[in-house]
Amino acid sequence: MAVTVRIPGVLRAEAGGRSTVEVGEGTTTLRAVLDEIATKWPLLERRLRDEHGGLRRYVNVYVDGEECRRLDGLGTAVSDQSEILIIPSVAGG
Amino acid sequence: MTTNLLAVGTGKGLFLARSEDDRRTWEFSGPHFPMTGVYAVGLDTRRQPSRVLVGVESSHFGPIVATSDDLGATWHEPDQRPIAFPESAEKPLARVWQIAAGPASEPDVVFAGTEPQGLFRSTDGGLTYELVRGLYDHPHRPEWGAGFGGPAIHTVLPHPTDAERMVVAMSTGGVYRTEDGGKSWQTGNVGIKAVYVPDPYPEFGHCIHKITRDSQQPERLFAQVHHGVYRSDDEGATWTSIADGLPSDFGFAMVAHPGRPGVIFNFPLEADARRYPPEYKCRVFRSEDAGETWQPLESGLPTEPFYPTVLRDAMCVDNADTTGVYFGTRDGEVFASRDEGETWQQIGAHLPEVLCVRAAVM
Repeated sequence: MAVTVRIPGVLRAEAGGRSTVEVGEGTTTLRAVLDEIATKWPLLERRLRDEHGGLRRYVNVYVDGEECRRLDGLGTAVSDQSEILIIPSVAGG
Repeated sequence: MTTNLLAVGTGKGLFLARSEDDRRTWEFSGPHFPMTGVYAVGLDTRRQPSRVLVGVESSHFGPIVATSDDLGATWHEPDQRPIAFPESAEKPLARVWQIAAGPASEPDVVFAGTEPQGLFRSTDGGLTYELVRGLYDHPHRPEWGAGFGGPAIHTVLPHPTDAERMVVAMSTGGVYRTEDGGKSWQTGNVGIKAVYVPDPYPEFGHCIHKITRDSQQPERLFAQVHHGVYRSDDEGATWTSIADGLPSDFGFAMVAHPGRPGVIFNFPLEADARRYPPEYKCRVFRSEDAGETWQPLESGLPTEPFYPTVLRDAMCVDNADTTGVYFGTRDGEVFASRDEGETWQQIGAHLPEVLCVRAAVM
């Protein structure tokens, strides 16, 4: 089993056209999941985090239904059954 | 047949206009990078094929730096982040404000000016860049401020033949110059009046809007600042006003002719507190004597009352045999002249606000 990460349509090109990717078998935090994405799909990861590792302000990442900022941020625990949803927040004009 | 390319960076994507008939008609494509602010475009004609370089900012997904070697048909981003501040830096990259080709003798060297204030140097044609530490570590850094546009190095002027020399400008911060390839930097603001601080002539902290370099006399610079238009004959060491012949000393754009010395273009605005063209007239002003006198150019431009602003990088020239001049407005209009500003035609309308334009024979 691995963590399932669902990719919004606007970022699927950066994930090689995928709508979901599975990463992080055995990883325990959201940060580790994103670190693995950085090695496999580096363009996707830098749309989500800046070069200092900070989650971009208008990117929301839900771990098992809860936005990670309401949990432990990038330190939020994940398990092999976790589902991660990446959803751009409502912003812009 | 030659292709003329005009890149129009807007608040909602990049539009590329191509002309195959010596700039009589243009065909637009886009938006490329939809829903991003396209603040920086470079057209590098030193290499074959010519390269289009862009710095765009997505409000959701951050800055994107990409290149195209096929006039925008496809875009390339390397796996490595092209521009990144080191871990020790206070803040990450927010936006690329300027992409500038290096000297002709170094065809793979490209520079980028960024927000927060950073100067980056590429040695692979603009694919990836390294921070120029000499400027980043300048002791003035804590005192540099943020103009309305943000704390950025928005102007980068490499010397065309001497790789050791360069001038940069920021708002606010002022002009800085290097003569040792970026290792050390000196202020270059003597003579530029600052109307927004108690001391009218500080060493630095000026709100520079744009600087351009004379193509034939590279030690000669021209500046549009926040209430002031200036010329420097010593590569920024000292400045003298050339605003007398203009209807206003306020504005953002300043562009030098690519082949004729002392020829510059400017789009004045009435004042800081009234950012409209003087008398609401759409006019480009050109000087052919290094700013001693100015002539309004308006043939073919709108004759009805005209209110939009032309931003700091929203005016440019091309490298055609007879120089073309271009500008875009905050209400999404694009105007072009194929005869050095004598006559104009509107070639774009109803675009998002125009942030920058760049044109070249590709």
